[in-house]
Amino acid sequence: MTGTTYTHAPGFVAGDRPQIVTARFQYEDSYTLERALATDGYAGLRAALSRSATEVHDEVKAATVLGRGGAGFPAGTKWGLTPAGVWPRYLVVNGDESEPGTYKDRLLMERDPHQLIEGCLIACYAAGLSQCFLYIRGEMALAQERVAAALNEAYAAGYVGRNILGSDFSLDIVLHWGAGAYVVGEETALIESLEGNRGMPRLKPPFFPAAIGLYGKPTIVNNVETMANLPWLMRNGSAAYTAIGSATSPGTRMVAVSGHVKRPGVYEIINGTTTFRDLLYGEEFCGGIRDNNELKAFVPGGGSAPWFLPDQLDLPFEGRLIGAAGSMAGSGAVMVMDDTTDIPNAALTLTRFYAHESCGKCTPCREGGTWLMRILDRVVAGQGTHRDLDQLLEVGATICPGDFPHASSERLGLAAVPFPYKMTTICFVGPSAYTPVHSALTLFRDEFEAKLVKRTFIPVTAVSVSETEAAL
Amino acid sequence: MTTTESNEVEPAEVIVDPNAVSVTINGKQFTARKGDLIIKAAENAGAYIPHFCYHDRMSSVGMCRMCLVEVDTGRGPQLMPSCMFPVSPGMVVETESPASKAAQEGIIELLLANHPLDCPVCDKGGECPLQDQSFSHGPGESRYIEEKRHYEKPIAISELVLLDRERCILCDRCTRFADEVAGDALIQFTSRGNTTQVTTFPDEPFSSYFSGNTVQICPVGALTAKPYRFKARPWDLQEAESTCTTCSVGCRTAVQSSRDELLRYQGVDSDPVNWGWLCDKGRFSFEGVNSDDRLTTPLVRTANGHEPTSWNSANAAAVRMITDAIAAGGASSIAVLGGARGSNEDAFAWARLAHDVIGTPNVSAQLGDGLPVGVLGMNRATIDQASSAATIILLAPDLKEELPVLYLRLRDAAVKNRSRIIEFAPKATGLTRYAWRTVFYEPGTQADVVSATLAQPEIAAQLAKGEVVIVAGRANLAESSAGTTAALLALLAALPEAKVLPALRRGNVVGAISVGMRRGKSGLDSTGILNAAAAGKIECLILVGADPIADVPDADLARRALAGARRIIAVDTFITDSSRLADVVFPAAAYAEKAGTTTNIEGRVTTLAHKVTVTGTSRPDWMVAAELAQLLGTDLGFGSVLDVTAAIAAAVDGFEAVTAEALESAANGVLAGVGSFDAIATPTVALGDRNSYNFRLVVSRKLYDQAVGTTHSPSLAKLAPGGAVFVHPLDIARIGSAVGADVKVSTPKATIVLSLATDDSVQRGTAWVPFNQSGANVGELIDAAAAVTDVRIESL
Amino acid sequence: MSRLTEDNVRVAHEIISRYPRPRSATIPLLHLAQQQDGYVTNDAIRHIGELVGATSAEVLGTATFYEMFKFEPVGKYLVNICRTMSCALMGGEELMHHAEHRLGIKAGSTTPDGMFTLEHAECQAACTEAPTLQVNYRYRFRVTPETFDALIDDLAAGRLDSEIPAHGTVARIRQHIPAERGVGAVPPEDATNAPSWMTVAEAPK
Repeated sequence: MTGTTYTHAPGFVAGDRPQIVTARFQYEDSYTLERALATDGYAGLRAALSRSATEVHDEVKAATVLGRGGAGFPAGTKWGLTPAGVWPRYLVVNGDESEPGTYKDRLLMERDPHQLIEGCLIACYAAGLSQCFLYIRGEMALAQERVAAALNEAYAAGYVGRNILGSDFSLDIVLHWGAGAYVVGEETALIESLEGNRGMPRLKPPFFPAAIGLYGKPTIVNNVETMANLPWLMRNGSAAYTAIGSATSPGTRMVAVSGHVKRPGVYEIINGTTTFRDLLYGEEFCGGIRDNNELKAFVPGGGSAPWFLPDQLDLPFEGRLIGAAGSMAGSGAVMVMDDTTDIPNAALTLTRFYAHESCGKCTPCREGGTWLMRILDRVVAGQGTHRDLDQLLEVGATICPGDFPHASSERLGLAAVPFPYKMTTICFVGPSAYTPVHSALTLFRDEFEAKLVKRTFIPVTAVSVSETEAAL
Repeated sequence: MTTTESNEVEPAEVIVDPNAVSVTINGKQFTARKGDLIIKAAENAGAYIPHFCYHDRMSSVGMCRMCLVEVDTGRGPQLMPSCMFPVSPGMVVETESPASKAAQEGIIELLLANHPLDCPVCDKGGECPLQDQSFSHGPGESRYIEEKRHYEKPIAISELVLLDRERCILCDRCTRFADEVAGDALIQFTSRGNTTQVTTFPDEPFSSYFSGNTVQICPVGALTAKPYRFKARPWDLQEAESTCTTCSVGCRTAVQSSRDELLRYQGVDSDPVNWGWLCDKGRFSFEGVNSDDRLTTPLVRTANGHEPTSWNSANAAAVRMITDAIAAGGASSIAVLGGARGSNEDAFAWARLAHDVIGTPNVSAQLGDGLPVGVLGMNRATIDQASSAATIILLAPDLKEELPVLYLRLRDAAVKNRSRIIEFAPKATGLTRYAWRTVFYEPGTQADVVSATLAQPEIAAQLAKGEVVIVAGRANLAESSAGTTAALLALLAALPEAKVLPALRRGNVVGAISVGMRRGKSGLDSTGILNAAAAGKIECLILVGADPIADVPDADLARRALAGARRIIAVDTFITDSSRLADVVFPAAAYAEKAGTTTNIEGRVTTLAHKVTVTGTSRPDWMVAAELAQLLGTDLGFGSVLDVTAAIAAAVDGFEAVTAEALESAANGVLAGVGSFDAIATPTVALGDRNSYNFRLVVSRKLYDQAVGTTHSPSLAKLAPGGAVFVHPLDIARIGSAVGADVKVSTPKATIVLSLATDDSVQRGTAWVPFNQSGANVGELIDAAAAVTDVRIESL
Repeated sequence: MSRLTEDNVRVAHEIISRYPRPRSATIPLLHLAQQQDGYVTNDAIRHIGELVGATSAEVLGTATFYEMFKFEPVGKYLVNICRTMSCALMGGEELMHHAEHRLGIKAGSTTPDGMFTLEHAECQAACTEAPTLQVNYRYRFRVTPETFDALIDDLAAGRLDSEIPAHGTVARIRQHIPAERGVGAVPPEDATNAPSWMTVAEAPK
């Protein structure tokens, strides 16, 4: 197996590929200002400051840096959506990484906080954002420490704060940290949380943060990895950036592959062209399914994404293609299930997650998510009935009316239903509780049926008492 | 879309209304107003969209998802929460399409999943939006077989309100109301997801003056009000629309009774006035009407004290007292105080009796705690004008305490950035948090402070930005009206275009004064009457719903006046400290026991409903006056209350349009014109030497006090905070006594003992005592003849 | 009595000063209170309300939304074992089963000696290293029954005191903006023009 791992960056696997955001990971002291400065640190900022803000913004637009948080919206375009003439504008950097399967932003914060800080500075300079809030997930103690230390160093060295590098660009970057709520990763909930409130999403529209965001002012919310791309982009230019990856998904992206593979890890892959087969079976990536088992299914883009089957292995990691195939690229998180996996139970671990993380604001998610979890729990425990399986789909239809996206399956003779779904909720947490249920039940209904209570004819003489009890 | 077959018909001229938005709702073309939410436009078009969290007096949150309907804005039909989106041109809305109905049925099923369905024992049953919409828009059955959520039922979240969290559907109405409307964010969602609940912080109850509104707007039976719990089934209630007269804002109410007993008041949404809200004092004051202590028969004083008597003998006694008084001292030896507690009709009849039948000019509807009546002759503002003015100047008592719903309206103006508030006050008020500038003054100096403030460029710039409305009233009962009057005149001299909204508090004080309960030519005002009575110059004092002993700030004066008046006639609903001293007491019909009209601070005249039978043999005040006039030889021609209403329209300046017919057709009443009043002369404020009396006294009212209506409403009586003397925390050291200790508070003429407390809303160098609370009577310290009151505070 | 100490009030004011609105500091201050007392007390909630200009009910509403805040004492070490998909696939449930037996307590409770509180956790963003756990938010990866036991032994013996502070402390390094370098919070109402480095003017709508 090729690929290099470092004990100081657990999970990260370097390979013989371009490294836009992970180049510094090879150094054990990659998080220090000293190391950053020795390896082009803040050179991207200098490059940016030597040009006008508009030119920097245009450069980012030309590179089509897709948002790495989940929705995949181009950052340069997002920056341009603020209403003209409305000031001040804020930047909120989303480091509340908590989508099941996702592990990348934490590494970027722990291993290279200066790259992140540099990216924030470039974004604020380009888009005219007056203050930056870096929201780190509450449970990430080390990331908070590393970013705090890096900010303290960067302030002292003149990279952040008043008149940065002697220019008239002045910016405070404020480290903010959460306290344990998945839904805060949703950008409007993130803003609510940053305002000191319960992290309950606001309805979009009308509250698109770019127009009405933090304190009611235009606010850009970008993911940590998105920011981390900017220093390289500024140093090397958009042409170099778009030379990597596909036309619609340029550059690289961080993808975490977890579950039943030989070498689970975080990989910086070429965006848009690397296929799932490469990722799961390639020697430089995961090297195949553990114990050489068969692949049963995989989640391509974080726990919220509908599941894929081996049928989809040759799809490249590209947002539009994955969407057409019935799922989403999401947050760059692949969770792999081999043929030993108890599918209903696997679905339960995700549905329970989303039910637990519902903020409680809107009815379908608050009541429907828990309801789904309770039914599924019963089914997994061997207490379900056929009615329960139908009920799961019926409750789901209240959360997501109409056709629900799923993958195609040759085995089942199913054609794909493309992403996205319709929803009766404010945000995607409610639908995400249903997604694993729908995927699992659509693609592996037989496994659910095998768990149902059997109330058919049971000859008394033929079974032992314990077996009868088990059946009931 | 409709297409005409040919172009034969040319519209002559199309006037395009820029505020009109053409939409299609359930297949029908409809013209909505620009900015209208879909849910509102649909309702206007006759298509009701079910909802729970949406309330048109609060911001939309789109939480319950009940109002999801299919909307097509050109990109195909999509389910959208109709409470969050305004109409846009060409929008196609389907409120009853299969997708809309499926969504609505799904939401109802989910809302009921954890609802206890304890409707048989729920007060809301029968008037419950959840029940009604489950019936009209629900699936009819539930597939939910899991265990429901359980919580302790119910828990008290305040003295007045109970919360059943099992019934709660988490619509955010009560919590939004508390935060957004009342500004008392004492209830909140806590926990998360499926275990989200509404709670208060431990030991910090939902003690908002407006808590009852949350009960009214709760779309389920989660919030119930103690005074109404288990008193009636909604279908047994009879209802009549009326106006609350607890204070002078004039909130519209629905008065509800069952078996001839008042059981509940609900707020009615009157757009220019209360927006559906009521304060708790107004909402729960029905308990006082139902009190067992109400007077039921006339009383006459005998050697054994008050004895019940017949109306005939009471009338005869009163007439004899009046004629004896005229014989002894002439008509002007008779004085009439009161009228502000009753209807316009009551006040008008008594004004006619006093001025025209008896012939005395000594009439006053105020009790030494108001402003010169000339304030009503100023360029009067409406509440709407005040709450949309660029600048609101407050020279008024704490509106949250005295005119609570006016406080809500002005607070709304400030928090929604329509208006900036410039407040002049001797101590911080409920609106201080929302004021753009608060200028504190030491009582007596307000005119100078106002002039100095107006001279500031920043203030002048603000005042030049647009309409200015001055809210004027008495912020301090421990000073004469002179300081405030002088300040008001100074404001008007600088801002001649400014409008004035009088902040006088008694329910119908504006109506009473307007229809004639004010002094005639060379007559005495209330303080003058009391002084004359105290000096033995009043042969007969008539109290029409007035209780000078409780309400006149100068307690000593009130006491001496009632002792000095040779004869006293009282018309009242209760035996009060004042009516106890009367020679004849007529039992008066109370609120909801009589019809008529009332006038609020703006001059808006609205109707009062006669909902329940009078208590005992009590009669409306106007009838008492008409009867006495008859016996004194003048037929006022008042056979019914409608006769009096008509007489007011015929006789009173500004009330020409206020006819019964006009009132019947006007949903929000009729705005009376401003009559003519004598202009106010600038008073002089003579501040004496303070000597060692080094705290200037501020006395003002709290919402709950020992007023007779409050003390007879058990739910409200216990909310009165009680008496104490409050100083600024930094002034405590110079008193040499600890917080909580009893201290002597004295003026040269009197000393009282109060417990010492601190409050940082009190300004340094001043001391504040709430008026008419339990404990020592602060009125003992107040001298009606002095411009201000200075006190000394010493440890015992 | 567990309002914030004088030292912590100073820290609180520094934190508050970074935000355009004091309310934004609510969560950081709740962490500060939890760091001080090990959990969030009612007195601390009241104090935070005073500091940020919110009612106690509002602070409570915010605090109870977030799982890291505890409202009663927990063990010195809060052990969170992940049970979301990737960890579940790799034996997270079995690890929890082992932990319950090793500590002798059910998930959601605390050992009688007050040392350990065991909780289920949702995704900890270390999915490739499943199964994972956190002790006071310090990670342990690819945990086996053996490494779990060794961890508990080390914690009990105080061998990890330098790495893992007692419950309540999350990050041990705080941001500090030096006065001479800081720009200051940018309140939403204060800036009406583009920042100085934006040279191309935008036409207001």
